[in-house]
Amino acid sequence: MSTEARKPPAQIALKIRRILGGKAGWNGVAVQFAFAAILGWIGYEIVSNARANLENQHIAAGFGFLRNNAGFDVNQTLISYTGSDTFLRVFVVGLLNTLVVSAVGIVFATVIGFIVALCRLSPNWLLARIGELYVEIIRNLPLLFQILFWYLAVLAALPNPRQSISLFGLSFVSNRGLVVPRPIGESGFEAFLAVLAFGIVASLALRIYARRALFERGQMIRIWPYVLGLLFGLPLITMLVFGPPFSFELPQLKGFNFAGGSRIIPEFVALTLALSTYTAAFIAEIVRAGILSVHSGQMEAGSSLGLSRATTLRLIVVPQAMRVIVPPLTNQYLNLTKNSSLAVAIGYPDLVSVFAGTSLSQTGQAIEIIALTMGVYLLISLLTSAVMSVYGWRVSRSLGA
Amino acid sequence: MSDIISSAYVRQDLLTERPAPVKTTGFIGLVRTRLFNSPTNILLTIVGALLLWFTIVPSVKFLMVDAVWTGQDRAACLTENAGFTVGACWPYIQAKLPQLIYGFYPEAERWRVNLTLILAAALLLPLLIPRLPAKSLNAGVFFFAFPVGAFFLLHGGGITGFGLSWTAGLLQLFDDSIIGAGQALLGLSKTSAIGPLLWVVGNIVVLVGTAIYWLIFPLTWLRDQLQGTGQSVWADFATTAAIVSLIAFVLGGGVRTGGRALISSIATFVAIAIVIKLMGLDHGGLPVVATNLWGGLLVTLVVSVTGIVTSLPIGIALALGRRSTIPLIRIFSIAFIEFWRGVPLITVLFFATYMLPLFLPGNFTVDGLVRALIGIALFTGAYQAENVRGGLAAIPRGQGEAAAALGLSWWKTTSLIVLPQALRHVIPNLVNSFISLFKDTSLVSIVALFDLLGSLRASFSDPKWSTPSTAFTGFAFAGIIYFIFCFGMSRYSLFVEHRLNAHRRN
Repeated sequence: MSTEARKPPAQIALKIRRILGGKAGWNGVAVQFAFAAILGWIGYEIVSNARANLENQHIAAGFGFLRNNAGFDVNQTLISYTGSDTFLRVFVVGLLNTLVVSAVGIVFATVIGFIVALCRLSPNWLLARIGELYVEIIRNLPLLFQILFWYLAVLAALPNPRQSISLFGLSFVSNRGLVVPRPIGESGFEAFLAVLAFGIVASLALRIYARRALFERGQMIRIWPYVLGLLFGLPLITMLVFGPPFSFELPQLKGFNFAGGSRIIPEFVALTLALSTYTAAFIAEIVRAGILSVHSGQMEAGSSLGLSRATTLRLIVVPQAMRVIVPPLTNQYLNLTKNSSLAVAIGYPDLVSVFAGTSLSQTGQAIEIIALTMGVYLLISLLTSAVMSVYGWRVSRSLGA
Repeated sequence: MSDIISSAYVRQDLLTERPAPVKTTGFIGLVRTRLFNSPTNILLTIVGALLLWFTIVPSVKFLMVDAVWTGQDRAACLTENAGFTVGACWPYIQAKLPQLIYGFYPEAERWRVNLTLILAAALLLPLLIPRLPAKSLNAGVFFFAFPVGAFFLLHGGGITGFGLSWTAGLLQLFDDSIIGAGQALLGLSKTSAIGPLLWVVGNIVVLVGTAIYWLIFPLTWLRDQLQGTGQSVWADFATTAAIVSLIAFVLGGGVRTGGRALISSIATFVAIAIVIKLMGLDHGGLPVVATNLWGGLLVTLVVSVTGIVTSLPIGIALALGRRSTIPLIRIFSIAFIEFWRGVPLITVLFFATYMLPLFLPGNFTVDGLVRALIGIALFTGAYQAENVRGGLAAIPRGQGEAAAALGLSWWKTTSLIVLPQALRHVIPNLVNSFISLFKDTSLVSIVALFDLLGSLRASFSDPKWSTPSTAFTGFAFAGIIYFIFCFGMSRYSLFVEHRLNAHRRN
């Protein structure tokens, strides 16, 4: 008389129920149907209303307008553009301008942010208070306020080109923007680029080799003299052999304006200044929190292993701090990119300004244009978050191992 | 004893006093230990002092010393007339102050704005001070009653019906749309390849629509009867009050325990009746001030308070949806949150200004301010959802499981056990979101609404006050206002955080 274990009940039905309705079971399925019906109804209302409204306003839906002539000028273009180009080209020009101002802003914001963070962490009382003051003031004022402040108050108060402020006779600051020397490619340019590329690749290979030697054979290889030679020495020799890679065209004051050189428009200067100082305040807080998050015992443990202070910082403290810093830092970079859309307030020709602003008012294709604009930003942020989740996965894997 | 004293190793006389240790407290100590303790630090201190000298001193000089305090127009603020390099031009702010605070709100009606602001402060302050009682009543008045009252105060106008006719009208609109959709499907089925399927679906939709029509028929019939009477607002009000109180009574537990619900329902309706009577809403109310006349700090505050009040429920709903196990709701919440968080606010405002009107029926126009408010509510709602989700994640599983063991339903578990704890946890984060919302309201000036920054920018173009220092003065003034609000909120958030973590301090 043996009692056999009862078979477990069939799991398939339960599993289907769980997949379809979650923990709520068939109630969940019913809720989903009601929700889908409401969504469908809203979608139907939107589509039918939009169709009727567009018909009333005699606007043809669709992306055909992108091939029409834009017929307006843009005052900063990275690729050649004239008024007779298409709206598609306007889109590309605006997108490139957005990316440029974001990239420049990110570089400056990171530099300023790290400096302010170091100030705040400094044992010097005065510097720490100055860093705190900077962060508090900048963070408690709206970004648009700061952009307008730089553009309408500070840059507008600069003298006109004839009385412009000269920086060592090379660059000139005036209310028409910043004029800098323009590099012009010379005969040695290709060779220089090739050697530079080779130097970078070789340095990376050297680093990989040295790391492998360290981890597999425990052999320390000092690579920085070679890297220095590859990155600076080799291009220098090439310059001596093939001649200088580029020369600079200096700006000259002719009449009421400058001839020669490249002009950086004041809108760009104001936007970069405001974006980088604003984001820097947030970056400073992130960096500070990251460095403070590393326990002081780590430093002591490093020195008890016989590592020097610099090596402890480089090998033990910074990698741990970076793990805390990088995700919110990326978030700030993303914020800066999204905030660059405030360019529309001062007329810097970014994506929102030329495409969702000027093109929209010229064509009236609101749905297509705003969808495209939003799509671009959405794509950027989704790509970034995808990269960040890969990073997070790698960090958690290295922590688990 | 005596031989110990005589031992050679015991000192016979007192040591001379050593000098006191270097002072490390107070101002002198601070200077010694944190400012001038090493050559590097001395250098850094000098650099810092120079930095301050070149920023703070000119600012103070501009704002106070060199400032012009009185005058009638730009002439007072010109260097030629003042006789010195002119700093801030304060008469300009004096002249523009009404515009910066009220916009173009008619002068005779400005008391309404002041009254609203006083009411808001009177309701908000007790809510922020933890020690004061009756938080839920206070919060209820601030989050539900105050916005409605503020609307009728600021905008003006009256009402022609009440709850019953609004509900009936809304349901009828909804029903018409469903029947319209069904008929559109039936029309499509004649030409489409999947015609029979569309025909079946269309018929079902029409059937549902018709069923709803008969279901709401008593309501619409009652509304038509009430509209016929002379005092339609009060008749409607009485009917609504009776119906709602009855429902509250029955749901509250009937004769046994429903008394409390009945009393609070009646009290609410009496309060509403007093407000309606006081403001004369039943016969036109206050004169209408269209929102395009609003401006300045008024718009900034209206947009931010509306954003704060509307984004929180949206955020809670989305956060709960994102944690739900029901697939469609979770996917929808994730997509919704990630979409709004992925796009810049300015494109959201463009969306609300240019795209939203296209999505609404042609005869239905939405006010420009309301459009911006909708955009901001959706945008901030998505951010609040992530904050609330953080709070929900911080609540241990055991809380929900214990509630389930007590036999509480999902709704009761969430509203009585999980949410109150989760929201308490994230008050600092919520306040930080409100700070960024307050700062972001300045963006509405880009879509042609004149908030504080927009009004300031508009005032720059007035030739009567155009001087070299006008722009700096204006920015200094607006900057101080923004700073006071944001800094105040951030200090409050720190205070709450401190209070919440009181048990963790040692």
